Amino acid sequence: MGRDKLMDFDEALERFEPVLGFEVHVELNTRTKMFSAAPNPAHSANHDAAPNTLVAPVDMGLPGALPVVNEEAVRASISLGLALGCDIAPSSRFARKNYFYPDLGKNYQISQYDEPIAFEGSVEVELEDGTVVTVPIERAHMEEDAGKLTHVGGSTGRIQGAEYSLVDYNRAGVPLVEIVTKPIFGAEHRAPDIAKAYVQTIRDIVLALGISDARMERGNLRCDANVSLRPRGQDKLGTRTETKNVNSMRSVERAVRYEIQRQAAILAAGGTITQETRHWHEDTGTTSPGRPKSDADDYRYFPEPDLLPVAPADSLIEELRAALPEQPVVRRRRLKSDWGFADIEFRGVVNAGLLGEVEATVAAGATPAAARKWWMSEISRIANADGREPGELVTPAQVAELQRLVDEGTLTDKLARQVLEGVIAGEGDPAQVVASRGLAVVSDDTALIAAIDEALAAQPDVLDKIRDGKVQAAGAVIGAVMKAMRGQADAARVRELILERASQ
Amino acid sequence: MSASDEIIRLTAADLAARLSGGEMSSVEATRAHLDRIREVDGDVHAFLHVNERALEVAADIDRRRAAGEELGPLAGVPLAIKDVLVTTDMPSTSGSRILEGYMSPYDATVVARSRAAGLVPLGKTNMDEFAMGSSTEHSAYGPTRNPWDLERIPGGSGGGSAAAVAAFEAPLALGSDTGGSIRQPAHVTGTVGMKPTYGGVSRYGAIALASSLDQVGPVTRTVLDAGLLHDVIGGHDPHDATSLEESWPSFAAAARDGASGEVLRGLRVGVISELPDSGFQPGVSSRFRAALDAMAAQGAEIVEVSAPHFEYGVAAYYLILPAEASSNLAKFDSVRFGMRVIPHAGATVEEVMAATREAGFGEEVKRRVILGTYALSAGYYDAYYGSAQKVRTLIQSDFDAAFAQVDVLATPSAPTTAFRLGEKLDDPLQMYLNDVTTIPANLAGVPGISIPAGLAPEDGLPVGIQFLAPAREDARLYRVGAAVEALLVDEWGGPLLDRMPLRGGVA
Amino acid sequence: MSEITPDLVRHLGVLARIQLSEGEVARLTGQLDVIVDNIAKVSEVATADVVATSHPIPLQNVFREDVPADVLTIEQVLQNAPEAADNRFRVTAILGEEQ
Ligand SMILES: [Mg+2]
Ligand SMILES: [Zn+2]
Repeated sequence: MGRDKLMDFDEALERFEPVLGFEVHVELNTRTKMFSAAPNPAHSANHDAAPNTLVAPVDMGLPGALPVVNEEAVRASISLGLALGCDIAPSSRFARKNYFYPDLGKNYQISQYDEPIAFEGSVEVELEDGTVVTVPIERAHMEEDAGKLTHVGGSTGRIQGAEYSLVDYNRAGVPLVEIVTKPIFGAEHRAPDIAKAYVQTIRDIVLALGISDARMERGNLRCDANVSLRPRGQDKLGTRTETKNVNSMRSVERAVRYEIQRQAAILAAGGTITQETRHWHEDTGTTSPGRPKSDADDYRYFPEPDLLPVAPADSLIEELRAALPEQPVVRRRRLKSDWGFADIEFRGVVNAGLLGEVEATVAAGATPAAARKWWMSEISRIANADGREPGELVTPAQVAELQRLVDEGTLTDKLARQVLEGVIAGEGDPAQVVASRGLAVVSDDTALIAAIDEALAAQPDVLDKIRDGKVQAAGAVIGAVMKAMRGQADAARVRELILERASQ
Repeated sequence: MSASDEIIRLTAADLAARLSGGEMSSVEATRAHLDRIREVDGDVHAFLHVNERALEVAADIDRRRAAGEELGPLAGVPLAIKDVLVTTDMPSTSGSRILEGYMSPYDATVVARSRAAGLVPLGKTNMDEFAMGSSTEHSAYGPTRNPWDLERIPGGSGGGSAAAVAAFEAPLALGSDTGGSIRQPAHVTGTVGMKPTYGGVSRYGAIALASSLDQVGPVTRTVLDAGLLHDVIGGHDPHDATSLEESWPSFAAAARDGASGEVLRGLRVGVISELPDSGFQPGVSSRFRAALDAMAAQGAEIVEVSAPHFEYGVAAYYLILPAEASSNLAKFDSVRFGMRVIPHAGATVEEVMAATREAGFGEEVKRRVILGTYALSAGYYDAYYGSAQKVRTLIQSDFDAAFAQVDVLATPSAPTTAFRLGEKLDDPLQMYLNDVTTIPANLAGVPGISIPAGLAPEDGLPVGIQFLAPAREDARLYRVGAAVEALLVDEWGGPLLDRMPLRGGVA
Repeated sequence: MSEITPDLVRHLGVLARIQLSEGEVARLTGQLDVIVDNIAKVSEVATADVVATSHPIPLQNVFREDVPADVLTIEQVLQNAPEAADNRFRVTAILGEEQ
């Protein structure tokens, strides 16, 4: 690993034209699975389920079990197809993809093969520099996820060298939509940016539709990136590699860049590219060879005899089309102008993947600036430190409430940060944390006056200094009062009260 | 005849009447059948497993009846269950070594409905491994023998269910029919077997052989009994996407209605011109013709119809079935359930799977799985599987054309009477041709029933006549079947099974 | 004669995950050859204008409501497991990669 020869990126682009393609798997967040009524682990209610506790007979391929299609998953798939600008097939059907693997309870995956539910679309993708690129979509089809393997023994925890493996079928049967692009030409030096922005856009779309939690770190959204190079001036496409399961947007960008540099070095040295799957290694930032394409890849597809065609009525398609959210590019333009952010501020939110969070926080009553400040600074900082996603820590409603408490004077900024910590620690909503930790600003003047009296007794010359016009002398008393109140006082009010006393 | 001997000879309908009339308890009825099993099943080997708790279940039904509970018409009647159907209280092996001792965590829908109706599960019946076969010789647990002649096959794949009802070990049994596995055993054992319209009975919990062909149905001694059982197990099941949603008429009522014979007057009965008598054993042809003559004498009109594509049925079937089976049987891989064979220390999971399937599957299963893998593999799909699916369309249009002219079709249920054990074991193709008359119904999804038509003069063995009706017209088959049954039983002076030589375990 | 060869039968054994002995390969090659010769006749009538039927009774849009049910207990899930550990199914080392 990591011993691949790489060509300088710019040089690679000078000599070769990259052609990209993506297969993105989206786990739908329906309550139940694609073909069984077992609870869906990709639904937020079931995230923490123990192994093999979300399993119905069909998910583990028990003898006699039969699949039945989840209507909600079909609706979500149609909506996604429409959002990708696809045509919805008047009739589509399921097929069996036959191969043996221990994570596949039936040893076939129910998928769609020659008749996908959605086909021929395109999405507009906005790059970080504001350029808009159109990515052509070949198809989007429904299928089921496989179970989860844990490799035990050996040194790496990876499949190679493991002594044995353990299988958990909770994920088996989770509803997936696989979105397949057509070859993307003309990407040139922006290829890595396009890769990242494309995945980002798919994420925005499914979040806006509400059909997936789209958490890449949880595998709700998984990207396989296909990269091939062809020498300048050549028509024929080069041999492609498929880098599997690249599970963050930043990694997609890096993996595409890496493959371009790696393949260019091989081709320039007169070598040939092997058609194979490759694995992305987050730690080293490299890819390594996986399974070569071979004639063992004979999946013996045939129409799934246990399931019937899906033939959505025009009225259903129109109903779902009418309910579509706006396109991500259009939405961004709108939000940017509504919020009045500077270019750099807005792009910061976009690139952090926090557009939805900020939008929801504004909708819950916060000003755009306040919403942005919370998400981009304090919450992102804590998330980074914990290796989690900001959206996992707090809800937009909680952030809006926090800001309201600041605005109405119940909390100072400093107190608000403590309350945020309490919310993240699971102590409840901001108001609950304020109550239980006793963090509200003390607005009772009697208590403040008592504290001021005490402080003045210790520094008797201060009042005279103030009366002499040295108003800054109040600072020492304010500090003492704030300390006595453990920070839970409004410093401005304390100052007012001291000045009042001096004028008496 | 002892009291117990009398009980086991009752039809399910008569047994049910005595149970509800308080003349007999379910415990008595169940014990009589358990005794019979003990007495004859050493020879017949219809059962793979006998339910140790059958008497408890029966006692519970008796208690509920005594308490005045409203029970279904078959409550307290014993039932044999083909081992292809999964059960929570008895092992379910589908006749395969790979599933030896397998305990299902859920009941097949037909089993659950039978329990809910108060039927008493007696045990699980023998079958060709994964229902692949026409003789029950392909069971991993040894063959079932035909109670008419213990040296002969009871048909297959559901030989165990047919032999159990023929040998009076159970009044009723459940079967499954993918290409004739209910009807052909009925033919060779002198019993009644009904394959419902595809989707009429739930497949949930029936260990799949070929999903687009499989159908569960009743195996009984009379047409009325089949109707009674069909009423219990049939109807829509949301666990099976191919299950039909319509509400069905009472098939028992149809059978009772048909027994008057009125239905035969003016009934148009189609005989398929492409199935010449010459292809059948003489005794099979003569019983078939005699049954048609008897129907004609009651006013039925016998019409010759053409079904030019039926001759492609066997070929299409032996592509579709192995293809679907190769996929359905992939789940038997040693990971989650079933046998596991570790060929050597340090074997990879791939090697363990391949060794397990080598050891756990019998020869016929391997043959068909390999054949099906071939039919689906890249480059062959269109020529084989794809073409077979087109033949299906052609056979359906043959049926449509025929049913535009006639009310039912009639055929012999199989080409020969029961052959000898081992006779066709080494010639798979000959074995496959056994299903020539039953297969078209599975390919087209239409219902078919086989009822006894008499004994072949040359060997004294039973012959069945099959009636086929358009999809969803199962009730028509119960009407016609009951009419012909009444006519022939009358002619014979009693049920055909009265002439069966098996008595007390000695043939 | 069809194109069934011992090599093809061996390859089919790999696809079907059945370890076949050389004796079985030889026997299956002969038997499949005869069977395939007989069933290949489907292509005689399966002309381009004939549509394929994959379901005997045509239905469409058969769906289930998105309501949880049918979930097995962990005991039921594992009750037939040849080998289990940590409430999961245990298998020996895996050679091939995920698909
Ligand atoms: Mg893919
Ligand atoms: Zn996929």
